[in-house]
Amino acid sequence: MNARLLTLGAFALFLVLLPLALPNAFYTDVVIRIAINAVLAIALNLLIGYTGQISLGHAGFFGLGAYGSAILTSNYALDAGLSLVLAALVASVIAWLVASAILRLKGHYLAMATLGVGIIVTIVLTNEAAWTGGPDGMPVGDFKLFGWAPSGERQWYWIFMALLIVVIALARNLIDSPAGRALQALHGSEVAARVVGVDTASFKTRVFVLSAAVAAAMGSLSAHYLGFITPGIAAFPHSIELVVMVVVGGMASIWGSVFGAIVMTLLPQALTKFEGWETVVFGLILVATMIFLPRGVVPSIAARFRRKVV
Amino acid sequence: MLKVSHLTKTFGGVNAVQDISFEAPEGLVQAVIGPNGAGKTTLFNLISGIYAPTFGSIQFRGEEVAGLAPDKLARRGLSRTFQNLQICMNLGAVENVMIGAHLQLNSSLLAGLFRWPGVGAADRAYRERAIEWMEFVGCEAYVGANANAMPYGALKRLEIARALAAEPKMLLLDEPAAGLNPTETKEVETLIALIAARGVSVVLVEHDMKLVMSVSDRVLVLDYGRKLAEGTPEEIRVNRDVIAAYLGGEMAEA
Repeated sequence: MNARLLTLGAFALFLVLLPLALPNAFYTDVVIRIAINAVLAIALNLLIGYTGQISLGHAGFFGLGAYGSAILTSNYALDAGLSLVLAALVASVIAWLVASAILRLKGHYLAMATLGVGIIVTIVLTNEAAWTGGPDGMPVGDFKLFGWAPSGERQWYWIFMALLIVVIALARNLIDSPAGRALQALHGSEVAARVVGVDTASFKTRVFVLSAAVAAAMGSLSAHYLGFITPGIAAFPHSIELVVMVVVGGMASIWGSVFGAIVMTLLPQALTKFEGWETVVFGLILVATMIFLPRGVVPSIAARFRRKVV
Repeated sequence: MLKVSHLTKTFGGVNAVQDISFEAPEGLVQAVIGPNGAGKTTLFNLISGIYAPTFGSIQFRGEEVAGLAPDKLARRGLSRTFQNLQICMNLGAVENVMIGAHLQLNSSLLAGLFRWPGVGAADRAYRERAIEWMEFVGCEAYVGANANAMPYGALKRLEIARALAAEPKMLLLDEPAAGLNPTETKEVETLIALIAARGVSVVLVEHDMKLVMSVSDRVLVLDYGRKLAEGTPEEIRVNRDVIAAYLGGEMAEA
């Protein structure tokens, strides 16, 4: 446990010192995007990697949060903090409704249902132009809390990095708790979990709602940070991107999700020199990763390292 | 402790279990035997709530429990193991045992996320208890191991440790000796006696007749989903129906 605190502390120190090495606002922005993706990937990993339930519509919840905040703050002049909470609540209620209907069934029905939710959210955001600005998107105001609003990449940097650290710590806490063990147990053997008293449907529902609420809250903050949002943030390709972060980084690995977010954010930028072929190269890298490191990058390397030590 | 009356389960016209009645008294070892396909595992799945019965009643500690979900039954003190292992391979050996104590620990998501005061300490304390259960069933050698690194025989016992960690009043063991060598089977026999000595009522499905005859107080014989005979091991040993239908030569040797 101390080793774990040390790792997190070292990571926090790294994030504190990192701005010294970032030459300009562009790079700060890239790191912020990595942190946003990392939080989303961690929330999704709790669901996919640890509990074994697949969501193909998490960008939908992210979009709900983003547009919820945008609409409530600009159209209704609501407080930004309150808007974030309300948007996350709406996303939670939708997640809860979907989950209670679907999760009593065995199998991958949740994947299909969430796929549908993501698509519906995108369609609504695109078509309800009076509220959302339609496909052109809409501007989002400052994230004003108690009369102060973060401005510039530097201030947002600290907010998102602090959030990332907190989310990593909370996720680690959860995984090592009786609740986290129940989630992993129902992934390992649902029937075994049930006969020792785990209400599996309830646990699946609750972790799904938690994961969706985190995605929505991140959507809210991201919308304020970006200042302008389009329905694309809720769309299917974004959902898949999040799933790929979890899978490439490593299922059931928190640091894997952080790594997956780094790769999936940086790789497209790094591959721009392949002009026109970047998606092909990107795909090849993903396929190679899954062939040679099937458990995801971080768990595979960790296992190899452990074997050498022993 | 357990009273089953007229229990019936049909799967699309096939009567897997048909009009079975028996009683498993408190503190005893009740064995259920019968040829493959006799309905033993279906009976177990009905008692442990994995299937809902088509007809009939199951009373556990005086309450009607037929059709209740397994997690509800666990709350009332019923636990079980599986014929085909149900181990969480994504967890460590100790964690597999600790999951058995799910109902004794604070399993709220919020408590876990924010590491409520006491949750961490209770969990660490329970880890010690889980290690004791592993010692009790005889797989203490694997305390630090991942479940997927353990041999089959040890996993069979790990499953028993998990079921015991739930502190059940009644434990259902589905073929605990299946696939084990004679030495391991002997160890399981001793273990079952130890469990019964702790006051846990045991219902046992098993093919190994030597094990059944030596460890059980009562034996229920099923054939084609129906009850063929019931009695003490000595009575079953000499029961003509049983010998004719199923035990045959094997019994003569034993």
